[in-house]
Amino acid sequence: MKASRRYQIFVHVAAVLVAIVILAPFAWMLTASVSDPTSLITRPYHWIPRHWDFSRYTQIFQGKGQDVAGAFRQSVINSTIVATGTVVISMGVGIFGAYAFAMLRFRFRRLTMMIFLTTYMLPPIALLVPLYLIMSSLGLLDSDLGLIIIYCSYVTPFVLWILSNYFLTIPAELEEAARVDGCSRMGALFRIILPAARPGLFATIMFAFLLAWDEFLYALIFTSTSVSKTIPVAIADFTGRYSTDFGLVAAGGLIASVPPVLLAIAFQRFVVGGLSAGAVKG
Amino acid sequence: MAITRTRNIDAPPGPPGGGGGRSRRPAGQGRLAALLLLPAGIVVFGIIVYPVLRTVLISFFNVDSAVATSTPFVGIRNYTDIVGNSDFWSTMGRTLYFTVVSTGFELLLGLGLALLMNAPLRARWLLRAIVVLPWALPTVVNGAMWRGVLNAQYGSLNALLTQLHLISDYRSWLGTPASALNMLVVADVWKTTPLVAFFLLTGLQSVPREIHESARVDGAGAVRTFWSITAPLLIPSVAVVLILRTIEAFKVFDLVYILTGGGPANGTQTIAYFTYVQAFSDQRFGYGSALADVIVVCILVLSAVYLRALRRNEMSLI
Repeated sequence: MKASRRYQIFVHVAAVLVAIVILAPFAWMLTASVSDPTSLITRPYHWIPRHWDFSRYTQIFQGKGQDVAGAFRQSVINSTIVATGTVVISMGVGIFGAYAFAMLRFRFRRLTMMIFLTTYMLPPIALLVPLYLIMSSLGLLDSDLGLIIIYCSYVTPFVLWILSNYFLTIPAELEEAARVDGCSRMGALFRIILPAARPGLFATIMFAFLLAWDEFLYALIFTSTSVSKTIPVAIADFTGRYSTDFGLVAAGGLIASVPPVLLAIAFQRFVVGGLSAGAVKG
Repeated sequence: MAITRTRNIDAPPGPPGGGGGRSRRPAGQGRLAALLLLPAGIVVFGIIVYPVLRTVLISFFNVDSAVATSTPFVGIRNYTDIVGNSDFWSTMGRTLYFTVVSTGFELLLGLGLALLMNAPLRARWLLRAIVVLPWALPTVVNGAMWRGVLNAQYGSLNALLTQLHLISDYRSWLGTPASALNMLVVADVWKTTPLVAFFLLTGLQSVPREIHESARVDGAGAVRTFWSITAPLLIPSVAVVLILRTIEAFKVFDLVYILTGGGPANGTQTIAYFTYVQAFSDQRFGYGSALADVIVVCILVLSAVYLRALRRNEMSLI
């Protein structure tokens, strides 16, 4: 195998190049977030900052009151509440629905699934105008609850799809054996199927969380103050109003990326399996 | 003989609820299924159905404000306005350009990346952990990051290229419509190629190893093996990811909002952004709703193709 040596070198070089292309922007964000504002705009640019300036982080974590940093901190809390609430509700209703799709025979099963999936593909912009009017009349504008309700409506179809595909991979005999032993259907779901589908559950929770954490358009329209602004909206405010200091945008962006990045790395091996079960928003 | 449950075969249609069915089991399962699907149905359709219908309705009226008192019926005028608006067609053209170019690059680069992640690498887990990063990065953060990278005054791309003497002076990458649109593609490709790669990697991993080995034994080279064995078996995954990405790219909004704000000179407005501006900045809710309906029709056509492709490939339970 002579060619294989050259092949080996080629693949490793390619892998290093890919890693550089991916990591370089992250690394720059990181150094920019700890460079002082003037050195950010000096030419030629110093890639390694001469003075480390952590003031943006301390500002964000310790800043008081209604300043930018305080608003950003509040948006982290809002995003956490909204994403967690969305995951809990959509998983709560999705587990039962996914069980029905995967394990039961009934009329219009395919059609029902298709209708759910079609809603997932609807562009949010298409629902925006009436939803805005409804939310406004229900007094749900600018509230975490309003966002959770809306997010559940588009995360749930996705949970149904991906989870029912996971349930399908569980051998039917497993459930049948439990039922023979006197388990009810729901008993079998909770004692047999859910434990067996644990990787699938984790992956689905991760995807659902990322979807809710990432959502921007609804949040942009339905929130107006730091009471309910989520991280994407806060970052958008940063880039608009404070574009003079990219370091602050970088610091905020990095903080906003910590939860999804940690989740994605921790559950990285489920990503491949999860993608085969369903398709995911980019 | 007991009826055992088999998958992927629909039960004989039982009578819909009550009235003594042919066999009790399917009817019983139907009721249970309805009960189990009810919460999900409420959460989804309780929110979605009314706005969908209302959007269609509003699109036939002239609604100038969220609290408008006078909303005259205008028939299909909003739709004829759209068709007659040259801005709409140029926006459509840009959206298609963005969709086709970014999806094309994502597919090509994603395929290469998938092959790389499947190759015998020393630290394969590390590469995969790195590749997952752009996918996990929130879209808005991605936009903000590229806005910094491409900035005309302090952008790191300018700094890098001048220090490597590839360009003589800092450039305004987002300064002209054409360049800004291409930068949108770059930012989208950087973030989304990993997703496509992971998707194709699943397809690659489902190709049985024995097939490769027997091809090797028969004397086929790596390139030949790829084209005659791997590529045909990858076609289902490619079809799915292609159509999925097309739909997502067609809907692009967040990235445009953050990276270019639709500018310069509206040169990077995509159809979703255009609709947003019409409906919410200009408060033309009727016209915006009509635009939204046009997008929905486009997406539904794409989705129909997507669902058909999925069904043919038996990649999911649909």
